[in-house]
Amino acid sequence: MRRVRATAAPYLLALPAWIWFGVFFVVPIAAMASVSLTTGNILEGFQQTFSVSNYAAAIGQYHTQMIRSLVYGGVATVIMLLLAYPMAYWIAFKGGRRKSMYLFLLLLPFFVSFVLRTISWGFLLADDGILFGPLKSAGLLPQGFHVLATEFAVIGGLVYNFLPFMVLPIYVALERVDPRVIEAAYDLYASRWAAFRRVVLPLSLPGVFAGVLMTFVPATADPVNARVLGGTGTTMIGNIIQTEYMTNNDYPTASALSFTLMAVLLVGIFVYARSLGTENVLEAAAR
Amino acid sequence: MTETQAGTGEAMASPVAPQVPAIELDGVVKEYLANGEVVQAVKGVTLSIAEGEFFSLLGPSGCGKTTTMRMIAGFEDPSRGVVRLHGRDVTNVPPNRRDVNMVFQSYALFPHMNVWENVAFGLRRRKTPEAEIKRRVGETLEIVDLVGREKRRPREMSGGQQQRVALARALVNRPRALLLDEPLGALDLKLRQAMQIELKRIQREVGITFVYVTHDQSEALTMSDRIAVMHDGLVEQLASPREIYERPATAFVAGFIGTSNLIRGTVDRVESGNAVLALDEGGRVLVAEASHRAGDPITITVRPEKITISTEEPAGGLSAVRGTVSEVVYLGLYNSYAVRLADGAEVTVFQQNALDSSSTAERGDAVWLSWQPHHSYAIGS
Repeated sequence: MRRVRATAAPYLLALPAWIWFGVFFVVPIAAMASVSLTTGNILEGFQQTFSVSNYAAAIGQYHTQMIRSLVYGGVATVIMLLLAYPMAYWIAFKGGRRKSMYLFLLLLPFFVSFVLRTISWGFLLADDGILFGPLKSAGLLPQGFHVLATEFAVIGGLVYNFLPFMVLPIYVALERVDPRVIEAAYDLYASRWAAFRRVVLPLSLPGVFAGVLMTFVPATADPVNARVLGGTGTTMIGNIIQTEYMTNNDYPTASALSFTLMAVLLVGIFVYARSLGTENVLEAAAR
Repeated sequence: MTETQAGTGEAMASPVAPQVPAIELDGVVKEYLANGEVVQAVKGVTLSIAEGEFFSLLGPSGCGKTTTMRMIAGFEDPSRGVVRLHGRDVTNVPPNRRDVNMVFQSYALFPHMNVWENVAFGLRRRKTPEAEIKRRVGETLEIVDLVGREKRRPREMSGGQQQRVALARALVNRPRALLLDEPLGALDLKLRQAMQIELKRIQREVGITFVYVTHDQSEALTMSDRIAVMHDGLVEQLASPREIYERPATAFVAGFIGTSNLIRGTVDRVESGNAVLALDEGGRVLVAEASHRAGDPITITVRPEKITISTEEPAGGLSAVRGTVSEVVYLGLYNSYAVRLADGAEVTVFQQNALDSSSTAERGDAVWLSWQPHHSYAIGS
């Protein structure tokens, strides 16, 4: 009896997590999969027909927004990577005793709601807002100049909102690099650049990998930035899904779009993991 | 910035005469700021290490030995003083342009590279032709007995093997000098002893100058040609292992190397070339040094194995001190006695276990301790 309990203990401890996973992930996913294979409308009701026509129709109608989302998410991720790596590097290696303070500053905006922060950016970037208004009246910017409702505003918003999720994993990876290993590289005739490229960068790649995952996926699916900062030409797939669900009540199309987005992201991540996540990159860096 | 710059062009260019020391430190001081106060980690070290020498920096933690080594490697800039490698002033030359390599205490192997890549790292940075890299890495792995493990990652290897990778990674570059920072510290005793012999063999084989930092006195005594004993940022004594053990220059060296007895007294008279110390309780200590005069205060040191323990008063011409045995410890090869003198000082005596057990003393016995005059060494205070 005792032995049985001892063996079962770890599984029992994991039980809440499994229940959570089942109730809040498996069940909704199954329900949504089932909805995506129905036909009908909100007034006459939906019938389970197992027809994949919803997918074909949804992709046919919204592939522009789907591709746009992937492009925006991708561009935002690249910009975030370029911004985040130097930040993380600086905090990890030059932060000294103030490291915790810099990390706190990085997370400080999170104490304000995500949507509220994005709306504030809307105010800042407004055509006659506090940023551009004075510049325009001073004649430093043409009257027609605008940022809001363009892809610059949307991508900028994505970068701003998700940047910390890129910085933190890279910081953690860099922080774990043993400074003596870097010294060993200098001792073995490496220049600063060679030490970075051959030792620091490869050792921080797991952090880069995690950071890209944690930003690319939510940025691509995000509806808030496109809605608050974007215009008619910058609609992202998240907005479409939201409208289909909430406004049009076209649940099958919304579900089919959600699944398509999920599949595209999973395939993308898989390809990315195979190319970057494996030892191949490390081996290439070792040369 | 390109990788070609990392070569050691200048370091290699200067022709080196054999009498030029491999490494010279001239009045080297290292200061740093700690909580607004200037702290001196190294307070002025001057020494020169000959080509091909096995040289140890020995001392307790915090004595400045590692800082001294890091200044030779180029990881620390001296606050004052000059570092020369083969006569060339390298005081402000960065580590990647110094022709010395370091074996780090924790090995600091590149975790993302296998053994082969770790060892080839230095050669690749110097743009060595691939064929030569292949040959030299192969040769070096043979020296450290790691052939067949080229594809292993550091974390898949034992501590001893990682140690040998670290050694190979430095040796393969054929540096002018190899700096070793407590390289055996993480190994267990048996492996450490085996590696000591191994390191000594490798050093003889490659003929490179070794600078060895350690806090382990037996390690330093076993391996070194010369030892610099450091204490509190200064070199207390720089000599051969035998000299350091037999003739410690200071009380610190005497205490740090092996077990040692310190006896303080005043020179009473000089008699047939020996200074005679009068002790309060009527014993005498002879010191085979005529340079002292009556009335001089003096501290002498005598090693435990030089002292004979007996129940009868020893003959004249020897130091003779009375005491009571307060502890006997059986250590197999020898007994260790703690003998309390009349003034309360305790003297340690090692007596080899002979067949004749008549000389063994018991706890509480009143005994005489005696030793030759030349086994008493007067030391600076």
